[in-house]
Amino acid sequence: MNIPVRPARTPAEDAIAATLQARLAVAAGQGDLDGRLGELSADALEAFRAHGLPNRRVEEWKYTDLRAAVRDFPPLAGSPGTAAEAEAASQALDVPHAARLLFVSGALARGASDFAGLPAGVSALPLDAAKAAHDPLVDRIGSLQPDRYDGALALNTGFLGEGLVMKVDAGTRAAKPVHLAYVFPAEEAVAGFTRTVVVVGDGAELTLVESFTGREGVAYQANHAMELVVGDGATVNLVRLQEEGAAALHLGTLMVELGRAAKLNVFSLVQGAALSRHSVYGRFQGTGTNLGVRGATLLKGRQHADTTMFIDHAVAGCESRELFKTVLSDEAHGVFQGKIVVRRDAQKTDGRMMSQSLLLSDGAEMDNKPELEIFADDVQCGHGATVGTLDDKMLFYLRSRGLPLKEAERLLIQAFVGEAVEFVEDEALREILIARMVAWLEKRAA
Amino acid sequence: MRQRHGVDARHKAGHDGFQNDAGRGPAALTFPPGPAVAHQRTQHMLEIKNLHARIGDNEILKGLTLTVPTGEVHAIMGPNGSGKSTLSYVLSGKPDYEVTEGTATFNGQDILSLAPEERAAAGVFLAFQYPIEIPGVANMQFLRAAMNAQKKARGEEEISTPDFLKLVRAKAPDLGITQDMLRRGVNVGFSGGEKKRNEILQMALLEPKLCILDETDSGLDIDALKVVAQGVNALRAPDRAMLVITHYQRLLDHIVPDVVHVMHKGRIVRSGGAELALELEESGYAAYGQDAA
Repeated sequence: MNIPVRPARTPAEDAIAATLQARLAVAAGQGDLDGRLGELSADALEAFRAHGLPNRRVEEWKYTDLRAAVRDFPPLAGSPGTAAEAEAASQALDVPHAARLLFVSGALARGASDFAGLPAGVSALPLDAAKAAHDPLVDRIGSLQPDRYDGALALNTGFLGEGLVMKVDAGTRAAKPVHLAYVFPAEEAVAGFTRTVVVVGDGAELTLVESFTGREGVAYQANHAMELVVGDGATVNLVRLQEEGAAALHLGTLMVELGRAAKLNVFSLVQGAALSRHSVYGRFQGTGTNLGVRGATLLKGRQHADTTMFIDHAVAGCESRELFKTVLSDEAHGVFQGKIVVRRDAQKTDGRMMSQSLLLSDGAEMDNKPELEIFADDVQCGHGATVGTLDDKMLFYLRSRGLPLKEAERLLIQAFVGEAVEFVEDEALREILIARMVAWLEKRAA
Repeated sequence: MRQRHGVDARHKAGHDGFQNDAGRGPAALTFPPGPAVAHQRTQHMLEIKNLHARIGDNEILKGLTLTVPTGEVHAIMGPNGSGKSTLSYVLSGKPDYEVTEGTATFNGQDILSLAPEERAAAGVFLAFQYPIEIPGVANMQFLRAAMNAQKKARGEEEISTPDFLKLVRAKAPDLGITQDMLRRGVNVGFSGGEKKRNEILQMALLEPKLCILDETDSGLDIDALKVVAQGVNALRAPDRAMLVITHYQRLLDHIVPDVVHVMHKGRIVRSGGAELALELEESGYAAYGQDAA
């Protein structure tokens, strides 16, 4: 499908390949490259050498050209010192009712993470400890990777090392949310990679929060990937809050596998980073499952945010709902790509995908690419994409009642994104998300 | 909105035979309007002179002159397309309209140069003919935001949540506004009558000085009309003026005006007392269908 043209490698690509190769050489010297994970990393380096950074010649990256956008590759972050951990802890999003595990510039900050506070039935181990202990969860790494080459994920796999594995025992209803806070507090630009595996046992329930923040004005590069397995009859709520510094690069990949009658409800709020991409790969392994992926993206300046989803209805009788709201001001650029594949045996599939965007200025750009590939004949699938501006009639109505223009706009934008946020079931989390959006809107109105 | 004030202000009134004609009937119209007594007694809250306004290339108000003294209720009647709604929009500041000539003052202040929200804070309120639905903004949230925005603009203290709730609870039941309607998105899923009652509730809460009611009777059955009219009548006050725009005389049985104006082709062509509405009900607007000049 892709045109096999290999343009000359960019300096950033050279730097990435060299750094990765050096790292793998060190690992090989320590005997760390043996076994499956070593192979995965080595394969990723090979693939990266062949394909390089994703660019506009690659269909899935048409609107988000990483090769053009990523000009250099900062050094890998070292282990955070205690001071950096403390600073990161103070900068991280506060979710008062959650147990927080903290990553500093891509490295798990053991001392600043509340492992002891994890709810009963939930256990987590740093990735290296899990490897040393031959924890079977480690074998899940790479198991949900898509067949197709994904450059952002390949880098994550190549630089595999930091991360964590988490398990929720079957039948456990986690008493409080678990919050994975990823912070880049350093003044120097660094690159950080994390890989997380979460396996939620049959019938278990978990609310998971991921927050991504970092120092304003620093061009750090964050690359996070999560493989999430939702067992039969299990329920997972996943809330992501991406508020990276405005100069940062954020690449996030979520890979999920849903068991029979499982339920996963994802909400993603994107307000940060100079350039961000969130890729979601969803696979249905059992019937009667329910997947909701929703989000709100609010961008200003020259920010670029891309949400790309690939939902694979491999079995019958599953439901998926996608709703994305994008608000773009100034010269911001939003991208939504959603592909739903309904395989031949996936009868009675019910899939709905909607992307709605508001352009608040003439310079803003939204690219929508919904795709349906349906091979079954008894399904209900729909998709829609809208791009518009604020309704003049509504604005005048509000202003005629005394609301200043900016406040009227704020109310309407809040109502627009509110339609997606209301699907967040945890009320305290919903309030946090709304507060973050209101803060964004107030900053804009000021 | 681009505006020109006093530029080439030709006072067209009188050029085409509408003025000071003591005779009755459409061929011989009365101008200027209103009982002279009222003018001597009160300050003019709204004073419009030779107002010209267009939307795109289409001139709709063509030299409209109208005075509404404080404390009075004036009705504007006229056939479809005479510019009644345009007048209400121009006075409340809808951005689509361009005023090309003439003036409009509100308590002596030029309102045409003000933003819609500034006019609202000054005390101008338009009850819409077709109230707008705003999904996702709860009615209650909207009412409170509007009240506080106006208070803030006037340098007053914002209303507290308990005081606001008390106020709404005091005013909503009389207008048949239920808790559910307060919780729902603004006008979302409201019937025609509910929307109009919601407009009157806003008016009652915001306590404007000048209430402009644009075809508030349209789409209402007789019971709903009575509820709305009661709500409006409750707001009649010596320090408040109302401009009631309607196509039919029916509404004026319930909101009895001090003065009735007939509007035709973007101008006031005749004015009289409340009995003028009855006369129009008899004769209809047919007589105004031809060019009166």
